[in-house]
Amino acid sequence: MNARWEVVIGLETHAQLSTAAKIFSGASTAFGAAPNTQAAAVDIALPGVLPVLNRGAVERAIRFGLAVGGTIAPSSVFARKNYFYPDLPKGYQISQYEIPVVQGGTVTITTPAGEKTVRLTRAHLEEDAGKSLHEDFHGMTGIDLNRAGTPLLEIVSEPDLRSAEEAVAYARTLHALVRWIGICDGNMQEGSFRCDANVSVRPAGSTTLGTRAEIKNLNSFRFLERAIQFEVRRQVELIEDGGKVVQETRLYDPDRDETRSMRSKEDAQDYRYFPDPDLPPLVIDAAWIARVKASMPELPAAKKARFESQYALASADAAHVSASPELAAYYESAVAALPAGIANGPKLVANWMQGELAASLHRADLDIAQSPVGAAALGGLIARIADQTISGKLAKDVFDAMWAGEGDADAIIAARGLRQISDTGAIDALIDGVLAANPAIVAEFHAGKEKAFNALVGKVMAASKGKANPAQVNAALRSKL
Amino acid sequence: MALPSTTLAGLGAALARGALSSVELTREVLARAGAAQPALNAFVTLDADGALAAARAADESRAAGRAGPLTGVPIAHKDVLMTAGLRTTCSSRMLANFTAPYDAHVVDALKRAGTVLVGKTNMDEFAMGSSNETSYFGPVRNPWNPAYVPGGSSGGSAAAVAARIVPAATGTDTGGSIRQPASLSGICGLKPTYGLCSRYGLIAFASSLDTPGMFAQTAEDCALMLNAMAGHDPRDATSLPRPREDYTRELGQPLAGLRIGLPREYFGDGTDLDVAAAVDAAIAEYRKLGATTVDIALPAVKLSVPVYYVIAPAEASSNLSRFDGVRYGHRAAGYADLLDMYKKSRAEGFGAEVKRRILVGTYVLSHGYYDAYYLKAQKVRRLIADDFQRAFAQCDVIAGPTAPSAAFEFGAKSDDPVQMYLNDIFTIAGNLTGVPGISIPCGFTRGGLPIGLQLQANYFREAQLLGVAHGLQQATDWHARVPAAYGVQR
Repeated sequence: MNARWEVVIGLETHAQLSTAAKIFSGASTAFGAAPNTQAAAVDIALPGVLPVLNRGAVERAIRFGLAVGGTIAPSSVFARKNYFYPDLPKGYQISQYEIPVVQGGTVTITTPAGEKTVRLTRAHLEEDAGKSLHEDFHGMTGIDLNRAGTPLLEIVSEPDLRSAEEAVAYARTLHALVRWIGICDGNMQEGSFRCDANVSVRPAGSTTLGTRAEIKNLNSFRFLERAIQFEVRRQVELIEDGGKVVQETRLYDPDRDETRSMRSKEDAQDYRYFPDPDLPPLVIDAAWIARVKASMPELPAAKKARFESQYALASADAAHVSASPELAAYYESAVAALPAGIANGPKLVANWMQGELAASLHRADLDIAQSPVGAAALGGLIARIADQTISGKLAKDVFDAMWAGEGDADAIIAARGLRQISDTGAIDALIDGVLAANPAIVAEFHAGKEKAFNALVGKVMAASKGKANPAQVNAALRSKL
Repeated sequence: MALPSTTLAGLGAALARGALSSVELTREVLARAGAAQPALNAFVTLDADGALAAARAADESRAAGRAGPLTGVPIAHKDVLMTAGLRTTCSSRMLANFTAPYDAHVVDALKRAGTVLVGKTNMDEFAMGSSNETSYFGPVRNPWNPAYVPGGSSGGSAAAVAARIVPAATGTDTGGSIRQPASLSGICGLKPTYGLCSRYGLIAFASSLDTPGMFAQTAEDCALMLNAMAGHDPRDATSLPRPREDYTRELGQPLAGLRIGLPREYFGDGTDLDVAAAVDAAIAEYRKLGATTVDIALPAVKLSVPVYYVIAPAEASSNLSRFDGVRYGHRAAGYADLLDMYKKSRAEGFGAEVKRRILVGTYVLSHGYYDAYYLKAQKVRRLIADDFQRAFAQCDVIAGPTAPSAAFEFGAKSDDPVQMYLNDIFTIAGNLTGVPGISIPCGFTRGGLPIGLQLQANYFREAQLLGVAHGLQQATDWHARVPAAYGVQR
């Protein structure tokens, strides 16, 4: 990036709330049903129907507010945003405008330069619109109102982000957080989590904001990153060529990897916001907040910190095994399955989850929750490594057998006769045999070639079919030589 | 066929003692409705088949020992209320062929109480008007004199009750649309407290003001209707969860000690002399019954008409956006593109008064004008509510004329919207504040047109209000007077 320019980005993120029913009607929010089969009278906006607020959506907004340390408004107001569009059945969208349910809060992101705190402006509840289908009907437009009335939480950040990479880090952190606290399934293909990016540039050192462009509806992290990168280049080139950025809404075209103007500020509609007279102010008392607070899971940052102290994990290890509630639950179950007194057990579990387990899951395209090797089973395997029943190398074979469904670690070790040989007499006998059969290598060793020692260790291990305790072999061989 | 009674209570009693069946009664009501239709135009839709089926079902219920006070009694609903399987038009071209797929809450409640729905009554288009002249289906005529308006917007319901076609009918009151036509048509009309009767299925005009209510000949009948209509509905977030009440419980209570507030603002210039005289006579009657009067002031009420004509059109402009020709209702036959479809469908589907209010409402909500109009109007609305609370510290009910004049001739005010709007000057504050009000007959002009007395009480004091209204009806017979053309048969 051109060092003479500073990039300023704020994101508006729409997270679809994971309620079974819509925000103002009893219709289902499930994705993928036949068009208009999940549209109740309220969603179609039949004459005479009235909205009734789904308290589950409010509870999810409270969860979010608590998770980001924002203020939960004791009283917030739903307004009508008026405009005509065929997939907006009432001719207005119900959205919180002047007084949102969550005010302020912060999200901490990790950047190459370290941790950074991004301030939130607000988060407010609103309903989604339906869908216009322009492709399927020649010369006509189809309207699907299944999505109309789906609850959304619009999360607005301050313009605190300074690069496309920071914007992506923020979006990823937010995405993990809303899934973590169980308010959004985060499915970006289905539109459950999508971002609008407000992007501007200004001369480095300037404190006034440049004119911004808003890029709408970015539904993948990659598109978010590329759209911002393109937009920054476009604005810098425009200004350096003596032009001026105009305030406008732009769309990102992933096929051409560019943003295009959708409408300028001059075309901006007057939405004629006013408080919705059908909905009394949303009142949230301290008792409701307390109930939600009591049901909150441990948040990502707190869990990572606890893993570092409780299990003596390094920051990177703790971050990996606490990256999702599912991973964290697996980790803690595996550690709990270890016998008492294994000092480095928690570290071994973290290593195995990042190593063999992660690789196997990746190969099989499975989530941690679908792992054929359960947390207790992994703990059982690691217990046998820690008590030196098997070597780390053989353990990988045992893990593969467990993955293939051959039983737990102890059963596989017994069935395959993999128990490590730690008997001094047996190891001495193996060594004596190898030394007698390989006089040339022994001579090389005595001539000062250290490599010859490793070759002898290898012969002893091979003679034991890998079962001899490597540390004991090393020590005994050294003393005999 | 002569009927043993024309009131709800009287017909209910006649059905109960077997003097006639609901089917017989319903046939007679349908006959009267059909006969009066050319002269009055009170109905948009008559549903003979549905009514007779409901009447048969009511007779069977009664035979099986399951009958309440309203079982088998025919009524009519204002065509602003959704009625499942029956055309629901709002007297607009926009919905001229719209069949409702569900019942409004109050329609359902009255159905469950056993009433028989005979038809949907004519009204001002989307309930916007005070004379019934804005209906797409033509005006309703006043049973007392067909050259005069019946009042509006619930003019069809008022005329149907005044002409003794049905004993009771529903209405809705946004700025006076029950009380003013009740006054101009010589019957009782109750607008309950906002939130007492669910708005679910009431096609919205102005959501913060719209209130379902009813017309009948007597306060007692209004109480019977309210017993069926009131109650919490979880489908309406502005419906209030309250214990059920018997609204007949204060009928017949002595009025000694009742404090009647007389706002000086209701008794000034601008009120017709005959109207003032009839209202004064009614108040004198109350004094004879033991009530005392107290002069009160409602200074902010003079602002209620301008405040109303900011808030009501603002809400209407948004509420009527759903009538866009996309999913139901009128769509223009030909159009060039989406915008053209919206423009033509709405230009053709809505009448002049509806368009006027959409334009006013769009203007007052637009960027840069919101604070000066809508926000300011909401603040004044609060001042008006404060006035009423101060007044109710001094009195139990507030009395005055329902409208500044009796019925006027067709066309008299239709070219001057402001003069038309001023006809609601005494009723609008009841909607802005949400307090209940009733209009009851209290006399006639020298020209033979009925005059209404408005009584208002504090929130949820409907039982008291009905008791006070009933008291006058025990002492006078204004409510029992029948228009000459409809009084030959009982």
